[in-house]
Amino acid sequence: MLRILYKIVRTGIVSEAAPGPDEELRAGAPQIQAEILQLLGRALAIRQVDAGSCNGCELEIHALNNPYYNLEGLGIRFVASPRHADMLLVTGPVAKNMEHALRIAWEATPDPKLVVAVGDCGCTGGIFGESYASCGKVANVIPVDVAIPGCPPTPLAILQGILTAVASRSE
Amino acid sequence: MRIPGLNVQWKALPGDAPAAIAPVGEWQWTEAARLVREGGGRLVALWGADHRDLAEDEDEYSVYAAYAVKDGLAVAELLVQDSAPSYPDLSGLFPAAGRMQRALFDLLGIGASGAADTRPWLRHGAWPGEAYPLRRDFDAAAVPPNALADYEFVRVEGDGVHEIPVGPIHAGIIEPGHFRFSIVGEKVLRLEERLGYVHKGIDKRFEEFSVAEGHRLAGRVSGDSTVAFAWAYAQAAESLLGVVPPPRARWLRAMLLERERVANHLGDLGALGNDAAFGFALAQFMRLKEDWLRENAAVFGHRLLMDLVVPGGVTRAFGAPQAEAMIAHAHAIEREVNELRVIFEEHAGLQDRFLTTGRVTPELARMLGLTGLAGRASGQASDLRVDFPAVPYGELAVKRAGSSSGDVAARVNVRFDELLESLRLVRAIALAAPDGELRVDLPQPRPQAFGVGWVEGWRGEAFVALEAGEGGLIRRCHAHDPSWQNWPLIEHAVIGNIVPDFPLINKSFNLSYSGGDC
Repeated sequence: MLRILYKIVRTGIVSEAAPGPDEELRAGAPQIQAEILQLLGRALAIRQVDAGSCNGCELEIHALNNPYYNLEGLGIRFVASPRHADMLLVTGPVAKNMEHALRIAWEATPDPKLVVAVGDCGCTGGIFGESYASCGKVANVIPVDVAIPGCPPTPLAILQGILTAVASRSE
Repeated sequence: MRIPGLNVQWKALPGDAPAAIAPVGEWQWTEAARLVREGGGRLVALWGADHRDLAEDEDEYSVYAAYAVKDGLAVAELLVQDSAPSYPDLSGLFPAAGRMQRALFDLLGIGASGAADTRPWLRHGAWPGEAYPLRRDFDAAAVPPNALADYEFVRVEGDGVHEIPVGPIHAGIIEPGHFRFSIVGEKVLRLEERLGYVHKGIDKRFEEFSVAEGHRLAGRVSGDSTVAFAWAYAQAAESLLGVVPPPRARWLRAMLLERERVANHLGDLGALGNDAAFGFALAQFMRLKEDWLRENAAVFGHRLLMDLVVPGGVTRAFGAPQAEAMIAHAHAIEREVNELRVIFEEHAGLQDRFLTTGRVTPELARMLGLTGLAGRASGQASDLRVDFPAVPYGELAVKRAGSSSGDVAARVNVRFDELLESLRLVRAIALAAPDGELRVDLPQPRPQAFGVGWVEGWRGEAFVALEAGEGGLIRRCHAHDPSWQNWPLIEHAVIGNIVPDFPLINKSFNLSYSGGDC
């Protein structure tokens, strides 16, 4: 136990409050929290759906929960059910074998809901395109509010995309 | 002497993978499998190709089986007539062949005669049963709209037995797949996996890429193994082109592969702690992983190291100041990992969850063909970096990790050992990588030229078989992820465990969905 406490104390807080190696991220963080609080007045709940990705985007979405990006500290959290979600964060291309599951996840998400497509594949179908096995971009299957390009996009880009979606809902 | 006792003509394939190919007859197809089995070898991959448009007399397909044997990789090629498109089932000798054979039928329409399980695997209804995407005359435009097909799960019956269906969308940031648990109380009686949800038609998509460009698609078979697959692809391309990458490029490839291993092991160790309710581990290891990925971006221009390994070499190098920084960083991470390892080992609650959980005995692992990291945790000693060291691994003398206890704790320990070894390798490569060219020019491929690549990624052996077509294009490319072999073992590892231990057991293997479904 002492070792754990010692390690925690010695590691300190590496989150955005402390200067991190990514200046742009540091500037963005307080603004994100204000936007969310102002518009939603509560935490933003996200259901992530991998609709056919290579898993590269998932690795970077996972990184949002690390102490540097500290997503939960910003009031944004990932939830287990689409019924608890305000937003679907979808990576693709949408595999034909996932088309049905994605549709029912979208239908299960209560209105008003947001959809953010993540990665080049989610935006355009990417390197996999459309084929006998792939529906291509997420927007070919469900309506998309914001699309974040990149292969994969960095955690910062994903964070900014989530913010953009939240901001666009107020219009 | 590829497969002792099998009288066939082996043709050595040039390149880094120690491989040879031989045509076999139907009787020899089974005999080869039997001899490999008896000699302690493994089935690495099984796939097929449509060669009807090239055949001179009777229309023909090829079915291939790649085996790991004592002196490398032995690929058996069986020609199959169009009039009776089938081949002898191998799943009796190598159970892992079962799902590969089902996928081969879904994509190419050639069945394994005598196989007990002929349910579709990759075909969930997106294309009809009489259309086969990997046939040359497949017409994607003629495919009717997606129709969901039912799947016959095996039913467990008895007093108090009930089912828990999970997925394809899981409760977390995880790839999709379906798990059907049959349980009594808290105890798992049976787990049946149904995968294939992220099948994106990668093998077919390869036909639209040139041999010189296919590494980009190969690098997206499984995003967490992008270096392993891009390297295996590059090996296959170099093998069929007769090209030798420059020494500097080979050292840089190893640097990238070890950096990929470090990143994945850091992430997994954190997630394994977290799945045993030890959030501290997740925060600490994810912090270390983020530092590592940021260094990837700073030195190589990409956090996950995509598109850096190309046929003929690599696209980026590091300079002397970057080498120094990487060495210092590897030392710093090593110190922290050693600290965290002590914390893991002294934590009674964590060890209670890890020890004896999700056990795969060495005997079962050998029988079912468990491979890669999970195999080494269950007494299967294979590691291509040690067994068949290509440049630069021969000079680096990689230390093989291993355990025979086969539980979650063993898979955690193997990760710690391999992580520390890879940090050593990163330092050694940073010091010793020679100067020189980064890549060589590629000639135009000769149609029907064939090559293979075989690389020990962090999860296990990534395998790529590549055949060139006309005009520099790929005719057929098959990428095989070690998850094919290892998924069936999870069905065994969970038997008798409680349902809440499933996420922990699953994570301790951390298999790829995309890599197997691709």
